[in-house]
Formats: sequence, structure tokens, C-alpha cells
Amino acid sequence: MIPEIGQFALSIALCLALLQGVMPLAGAQLGRSDWMAVAQPAARGQFLFVVIAFGCLTYAFIVHDFTVLYVWQNSNTALPLHYRISAVWGGHEGSLLLWALVLTAWTFAVTLFSRSLPAEFRARVIAVMGLVSIGMLLFMLATSNPFERVFPAPAEGRDLNPLLQDPGLVVHPPMLYMGYVGMSVAFAFAIAALLGGHLDAAWARWSRPWVTAAWVFLTIGIMLGSWWAYHELGWGGWWFWDPVENASFMPWLVGTALIHSLAVTEKRGAFKNWTVLLAILAFSLSLLGTFLVRSGVLVSVHAFANDPARGIYILMFLTVVVGGSLLLYAWRAPRVGSGGTFEPISRETALLVNNILLVVAAATILLGTLYPLFLDALGLGKISVGPPYFAAVFVPLMLPLVFLIGVGPLARWKQARIGELAYRLRFVLIAAIALGMLVPLTVAGMNTILVAVGITLGAWATISAIVNLAAYVQRAHRPWPRALAGIPRGIYGMTCAHLGIGVFIVGVTLTSAFEVERELRMAPGDATELAGFAFQFHGVRQVEGPNYMARQGRFEVTREGEAVATLRPEKRIYRVQTSPMTDAAIDSSFFRDLYVALGEPLDRGAWGVRLYYKPFVQWLWLGPLMMALGGLLAASDRRYRVTARQHAGLRGDAASVPTSTAPSPGGA
Amino acid sequence: MTPKRKRKLTLIVLLVLSVGTATALALYAFQQTGSLLYFYRPSQVYAGEAPQGRMFRIGGLVVDGSVKREADGLTVRFELTDNAATIPLVYTGLLPDLFREGQGIVAHGRLGEDGLFRAEEVLAKHDENYMPPEVTESLKAAGNKHPAYVPQGKP
Repeated sequence: MIPEIGQFALSIALCLALLQGVMPLAGAQLGRSDWMAVAQPAARGQFLFVVIAFGCLTYAFIVHDFTVLYVWQNSNTALPLHYRISAVWGGHEGSLLLWALVLTAWTFAVTLFSRSLPAEFRARVIAVMGLVSIGMLLFMLATSNPFERVFPAPAEGRDLNPLLQDPGLVVHPPMLYMGYVGMSVAFAFAIAALLGGHLDAAWARWSRPWVTAAWVFLTIGIMLGSWWAYHELGWGGWWFWDPVENASFMPWLVGTALIHSLAVTEKRGAFKNWTVLLAILAFSLSLLGTFLVRSGVLVSVHAFANDPARGIYILMFLTVVVGGSLLLYAWRAPRVGSGGTFEPISRETALLVNNILLVVAAATILLGTLYPLFLDALGLGKISVGPPYFAAVFVPLMLPLVFLIGVGPLARWKQARIGELAYRLRFVLIAAIALGMLVPLTVAGMNTILVAVGITLGAWATISAIVNLAAYVQRAHRPWPRALAGIPRGIYGMTCAHLGIGVFIVGVTLTSAFEVERELRMAPGDATELAGFAFQFHGVRQVEGPNYMARQGRFEVTREGEAVATLRPEKRIYRVQTSPMTDAAIDSSFFRDLYVALGEPLDRGAWGVRLYYKPFVQWLWLGPLMMALGGLLAASDRRYRVTARQHAGLRGDAASVPTSTAPSPGGA
Repeated sequence: MTPKRKRKLTLIVLLVLSVGTATALALYAFQQTGSLLYFYRPSQVYAGEAPQGRMFRIGGLVVDGSVKREADGLTVRFELTDNAATIPLVYTGLLPDLFREGQGIVAHGRLGEDGLFRAEEVLAKHDENYMPPEVTESLKAAGNKHPAYVPQGKP
């Protein structure tokens, strides 16, 4: 009964989505406010019914209702409760339901926080999100119904894929989807602006917190995915340039570009066309990501058995959304205009270069990701594009970008002077280069040039972010505690995110240059040394988990005779899906990780063992966390709330709120 | 020049520069070893279609009873088949969890003059019902109808 309620709720949600997508749009065009008024109740009702559907599926998982095909495929009576709940999005149908839930939740949020928007604009935004929702709900009901029944009811479920039974996977997909789907808000804002033919600084100010919030979720989602791969896959890697990883990274890159170009649109009224195009691209890439993951066209760690019919549907949906919005763009963008003039040396130019680099980087990744698909489709042979391609293309593009992190925020709007910038940044440059030289010298090792470049860039990003903050304090002409308190959160957010990039670069550099890996055969009692740490193997014993048996090894790690850690890696056999699973044991600290994974059992109690010493690897996740925190600070900046309360739509009201991102009076 | 023209010029110069750089980078990157890996079936390798000494990927089923481990415990020899031809492989290192006899796998590496494929990486997928698409196709191309592969179905 409950699953039928769920399915019925989805059908009602689809009807409401139709209302939400069509009526307000027509109303805004014809000036009928009664039609436009449909938007809010329809969106809220849709959210309610999708929540009901999601609740029904969750309930079916909790009570082990194996008459539901999807539950049977992805659960088991021995599966612990928290994994039964996360199993709701462990498979195809459920993750689409999560997608729909997240979309309606964002729409609900828009209905809550957009009261101050002009009625027509608001109706259009909500309607566009309704149209996206129609596509998703139709897709689910037509090809991937999560509530499909199975007769006769099997007694036992086939269990969740063991790889997905991990804390990282409980939170990674919801975060990622919040980010992916959150880009639909920016998309809806852009389409609404194109339809209305009216785009100004106020539009940018409304969009910014939404884009930043979605970007924060996307950042955290990608970071969690990387962390999950690191400790779950047992290869010690954290990024593989896997097509599915790329699929999440491309919208992130374009989203990052969007955040920066929105800043220009808000402060200077420039880049309008470009900002709209970026908003369309960011969401299109999110949809493309969904298509790549869900259609099964890609060979990757995420590619589980899939149905081609679904791929064709998503491809059609993608074509309609991307094609339709680009057509609309081509037709209406000239009306929007680009606005605002600036000199070749200015903050606008710095941000423009930032945008170009990010978009070009996303394009090269897109090329590498889709190239094998094209060749295959044309019958030109099967190839795969490997990490060396991505590294060789991506890293050089990021070098000038990191340089701009130091320059951009200090450059004046409209016109900056190279001499002044060089003067302000001279010590930063000297310090960064000095650190870059010093680290490879003190820590002798291979790859010294790469290390020098990496450390220099990391130090440059970090120090210049602090110097930039100091410049704000200086300009305030107040005692520094009060000056610090007076700096808006947006600036703190930017500083924090840029610091995070510095931390991330240092982490990547040191991890890749100085990690030590060893694969060897170890018998009980054997000891080996790795990067100054002695690892002694004390054999394995049987342990039992809720739904698996495991052989658990014990490794005592010592350094110069002193105990450092006891590591217990496991080799698990899950009872239902009898495939073996490696569970690595990791001793993490701020400066290094020690990582042990069991391979296969060999003769006489010996095991194949993989050991890693990974310096600074935690910084790879600390950096993105700081970026996300920066995004949160920026999204919660007071001026968005202030303008939300004021009547919006006034063009010149930028002067009434702190325009402190402008370092000079030349700002507004 | 008017400010508007100046800005347009800046934009065009930047675009040309960045697109040019990106193209150059991409062309350079495609030439790096391991950037582009072609895929061959065991019967193609057997027929001499695969290059010698260059990295490529090979995929097929691990032949039953062919897996032999050497004394160091880490070097493994096994054979890969598409049921039309069989190629011997050698790999040193830990094998993935789902590496088993009869299982479909994909390996990266180089073919030696002795006809032995030296694998640098062995991939098996993380789903027991999942067959890498290349392997499925290579089995089909070799004239098999889904051997050893039962698609997920209802009970």
C-alpha cells in the first residue's frame, strides 16, 4: 500500500509541476497576475508530494519491503539502519528521486526567500524550475519507477553494493545533488531575465547568494567523493580523472567562473551577457553529468549495469534544455546588452581572464571526457583518455589563474596601474619564491622543480589573500579590531576560499612529490620500513560485522622505537554479494597519513600488503572545506539580506549598501 | 579608440590567446604516454593488430585455472580470452578485489616481442554482475552470446 501511495504522490507532483511550469509563464507573458499566482502554491505542493514519495521509499527500505523491486535490489535484512536509509539513493531509481526531491526543495526555498522580487520575474523563475522538474519526474515515471513491485515477494534482498556501505556515501550524493541541482536556480534566474529582457545589478545581487550556496554544496560533494575514493577504494588515490569525477568537476569550474562574473555584473554592470551564458552552461553541465552517470555510456568506477533507453531519454531532455536555452539566449541576449566599460588593466580584466581560464579548463576536460564516446560512436576504435592528458592540460591552465588570485582582488575596478600592483605585491612575490626554493632544499627529494613551483604558487595564494585582507583594514583608517569587524562577510569569504586554494595546492604538491608507496608480501612477524616508520605485521584474525565476515590484519607502527599507531585493515566478504572488499586502515594526522590495505592471502599466513606514507594528504580536503566555508560566509553576507528586505528592482541602490568589495572610491 | 572598441579588442585578444593555448596544450597532452589508450581484444592482439612496445588496453575473461603466482607472492601470470584467442599476461602488484578466474577484466600495459602482455594496471569492476562494456563487446565480436554473463533480472 505504502509504495502505491508513493507512486501516486509522484504522479500528483508531476501534475503540479505541469501547472507550475506553464501557468505562471503564460501569466507573466500576458500580464495575468492570477495565473502568475499559481507558481507559489504549485511549487510548494509539488515539494510536499515529492517529500511524501521519498518518505514512502525510505519507509519501504526501513521495513524491508522486498515486494518493491528497487528495495529488493539494494537492501537486505542484515543491512544496518543508516545504510538502509542511504540505500534509498544507492541505485539508479532512488538517486533520481533524490534529484527530484532536491530540485523541489530548492524551488521551495526560492518561494520562501524571493518575496521581494518583482512578481513577473518571480513567476518566471519558479516556472522555469517547474519545467525542469517536469522533465525529471516524467523520466522517473516513464523509465525508472522506484516503486515497481515484484511478485512473488522474495524473502531476502540482494543487499546494497558493499562499496556503497560507507559513511562517505551516506552524505556524498545528497551534497553533490544539492550542488548540481542548485545550479538550476541560477539557470532559472538567467532564463527569467532573458524572457523579461531586463537584466541589471539587482538581478546579479539576487542570483549571487543562490549560486554561491549551490557552489558550496558542489564543493563539499566533490570533496567527499574524493575522500571516499581515498579511503574506500584501497588504491590510496584521491582523484582519478574518471569521467564521473569530471562530470562533477566541470559544473564546479563553470560555477566558480559564474560566481566571479556575477561579482562584476553586480558591482559594475558589466559582463551581463556572459554571466547569463555561464549560468546556462553551469546547469547544462550538471545535466550532462547526470546523463553521463545515469546512462551507462561511460566506463568508470561508477558505471553499474544500466539501461540504454534511459540514456536516450536523458539525452533528449538535455538537448531540449541546452538547445532551448541557447536559442533563447541567441535571440534575447542582444537586448540584455553587455554594459560597463573598463580598461585593459583593471579588476574587470583580471576577472575576465579568470573566467576564460576556468571555462577553457572545463572545455578541455569536456573534450577529454567525451572524445572516447565520439570516436566509439563513429566506429573509429575504442580508446580511453587517461590522467596524463588531464594533468598536462589542466595544470598549466591553473598556473596563471593562481597568479590572478593575488592580483585580482588588489586591482582597482575600471582602471588599475601595473606599477601600483607590483609595488603592493613585491613582498608577497619574494616570500612565495623564497618559500618555494626553501622547501625543496630542506626536504631533499625528487621532483624538486615541480615542488618549487607548487609551493611558490600555494604560498602566493595564501600570503596574497592575507595581504589583501590587510589592505581592507588599512583603508578603513580605524584601529584594527574595529576595522576587522567592519569588513563585510563577503570579503572574509573570498579570503577564506582563496586561502583554501593555497592550502589545497600545497597539499597536492607535497602529497604527489613525497608520497611513498610499497606493495610487498608480508608474513606474520615481518617488519618493513617506510619513510622512517616501521610497520610490523601481526597476522590476521576473523572478525564479524553485521552483514559481513572479515579477516582483520594488525599492524603495529613505530617510529624510532616509539609506538605511533595500530592499524587494522580488513578484507571483507559480504554475505549476500559475496564479492571481497578491501577496507583500508588509515592513521591520519595534520601532516601525514599512514595507510595500510590488505591484498590477497598468500601461502602460510602471508598476505600481499600495500603500504603508503602520504604527507599532507589531509590538506587536500582541508583546502576545499575552507573554500566551502568561504562560500558560506559570502552567501550569508548582510547586503543580500538587506536588499531582500528593501524593495528590490531599484537600479541605483548599490550605494545604500556597503560596496566594500570595491577597494577604491572609483567603484560605484 | 573608443572605450567600447578597446574592450572588445581586449576580449578578442584574450579569447584568441586562451583558445590557442588550450589547443596547443590539448595537442601536446594527447601525445603524453598513457593519454590515449586504444583497446584491443585478445583475438586482435593474436592477429598482430596491436602495437608492440606501446601502451594499450586489453580486455577479456580470465581463463579458468590459468592464474599462477610466483614465489615473491606479488607477480601473477594469467591468461585472458575472448573465447577466440588467448593471450598470456604478467602483472606485479596487488590485484583488485574482484579479480577472479572467469571474471571480465581490463588491463593496461605493453605487449612484448615474446607475445607476453606486461600489465601495469589491472581493473576489475566493483559490481559482481557488471561486465566492462568493452569486454562484453569483445566477447560478442568473437561470436559468443553473453558467455558467463547473466544480466540482472527479476528473481
